[in-house]
Amino acid sequence: MPYTPDKPPLPETPEQLAARIPGWGADKNPADRPSYPRERTDLETGAHWTEPEQQPELAPRERSIEHARLTPVFGTAQPLHGLSGAIRRHAYAAYSEGRAAHWLLLIAADRVDAVEQHLASFATPHPDNPVTETGVLAEGERRGLRSRAEGHRVDRGHQAMDPVLVAGPWVLAAAGVALMVHALRRRLR
Amino acid sequence: MRAMVYRGPYKVRVEEKPDPRIEHPNDAVVRVTCAAICGSDLHLYHGMMPDTRVGHTFGHEFVGVVEQVGSSVRNLTVGDRVMVPFNIFCGTCFFCARGLWSNCHNVNPNATAVGGIYGYSHTAGGYDGGQAELVRVPFADVGPSKIPDWLPDEDAVLLTDACSTGYFGAQLGDIAEGDVVVVLGAGPVGLFAARSAWLMGAGRVIVVDHVDYRLEKARTFAFAETVNFAEVDDLVVHLKKATGYLGADVVIDAVGAEADGNLTQHVTGAKLKLQGGSPVALNWAVDSVRKGGTVSVMGAYGPIFSAVKLGDAVNKGLTIRTNQAPVKRQWPRLLEHIRNGYLKPSDIVTHRIPLDDIAEGYHMFSAKLDGCVKTLVLPGQD
Repeated sequence: MPYTPDKPPLPETPEQLAARIPGWGADKNPADRPSYPRERTDLETGAHWTEPEQQPELAPRERSIEHARLTPVFGTAQPLHGLSGAIRRHAYAAYSEGRAAHWLLLIAADRVDAVEQHLASFATPHPDNPVTETGVLAEGERRGLRSRAEGHRVDRGHQAMDPVLVAGPWVLAAAGVALMVHALRRRLR
Repeated sequence: MRAMVYRGPYKVRVEEKPDPRIEHPNDAVVRVTCAAICGSDLHLYHGMMPDTRVGHTFGHEFVGVVEQVGSSVRNLTVGDRVMVPFNIFCGTCFFCARGLWSNCHNVNPNATAVGGIYGYSHTAGGYDGGQAELVRVPFADVGPSKIPDWLPDEDAVLLTDACSTGYFGAQLGDIAEGDVVVVLGAGPVGLFAARSAWLMGAGRVIVVDHVDYRLEKARTFAFAETVNFAEVDDLVVHLKKATGYLGADVVIDAVGAEADGNLTQHVTGAKLKLQGGSPVALNWAVDSVRKGGTVSVMGAYGPIFSAVKLGDAVNKGLTIRTNQAPVKRQWPRLLEHIRNGYLKPSDIVTHRIPLDDIAEGYHMFSAKLDGCVKTLVLPGQD
């Protein structure tokens, strides 16, 4: 009990634990733990440079304004494009990582990107297919109902409303934008 | 090549994409033989991580064979069988020079707070990941290691994140002999953290989750006591009673951003994205650890604020230790443990799927169907 100096007794002795659990205590000594101490300057990395060569910037690359320069190496997957690209470019150029606006704009751009790409897919031989892409067919193949019925899973309580919660705010926002555009057009007429 | 691609929240598919190429003299291209779906991939899949672009290929747990190397690569040759840590790191920046290999400053132009991670959005550098036939591997002389001949791919792939992260999470707890350790979350990382706590001499390990088949795995794989938080009135009181009202010496948060157990936090954090994640597990950790105890956090959270009970943490004098695992630092010791028979990482694997079944694989893992704990993706298999 914490009201007295002694720690509550453990249910098993070290000998019992060592007999039951493979490797019990092998890393008891912190010096044997690979992340101890956290900072070390004597580790071999395999690097044979002091400063890495710069990867060529073949197209303008967005970066955090908390960086002094483009990093020597960077990913080139999915370059910025379209309206989502403009939002992302603004988020990176205008706001540091310390500002909520930076992240909220990036999340908003993600949703714009999804809509842009979804619409664009209809002009390709491979339009988006919500049935195959959501993987819902696994419900039948992987015991969907039975898996959910087993035990006391707390996610059962909100699974039915999850789709509404996830899609709802974006549907409402899209409806709001549509109403504003409609009102603006009426006013301009 | 064929690769998994993200098509928007809750949607993924397999597409033909251009093969990756050498973009820097120290790049390699690796042909993936085995990849895995990680719990943190679900944060991307659910649209929680900012700047996750449509077309992005996920996958930060993978092993494969070197297909091509850049002009400055010295430590690898074509045909080498390699495991690739999820961290991309240069080896010589301020942080790498101090062993903080998960915090490299030279690989992620999009953010200074996060290092580079394969297939983990542009917030983690904009690198396509390994749930694909081929993947670009930057700093090939620094990140990847040749896989020992005696180690199967299915064990090696778990060293690239889940096993190493769980082992690292237990180290963050600064566990002393006889400590009572609570692990929140019985997913792959939590299972490995629980198993690792014993290696460090824990006197008692208690794993908490709400999914029964995962708790069963915690008992059989991690030799832990278990608590189903859905079956107790108040988890914090339950854990206090279980520890003689003292609280645990160490609590490890192996849940992260999508924690369940409090509807308001779950809905605002995980579903409406009004927080950087649902801090249910983190708050349970703060409340159920003893005064002066340590909370280890390696559950993944998003970059915006979360409603964390910092007042209780301060008043209790807690040490909160965090980081992404510097994976490669863990490997020499973990390989010893595996050779000694203390651990077999692939014991947690429940499903193996071809790349073509990736959408079903994500849904199964996300919805916790069919007893799914860990799914491997085999790009070379039909």
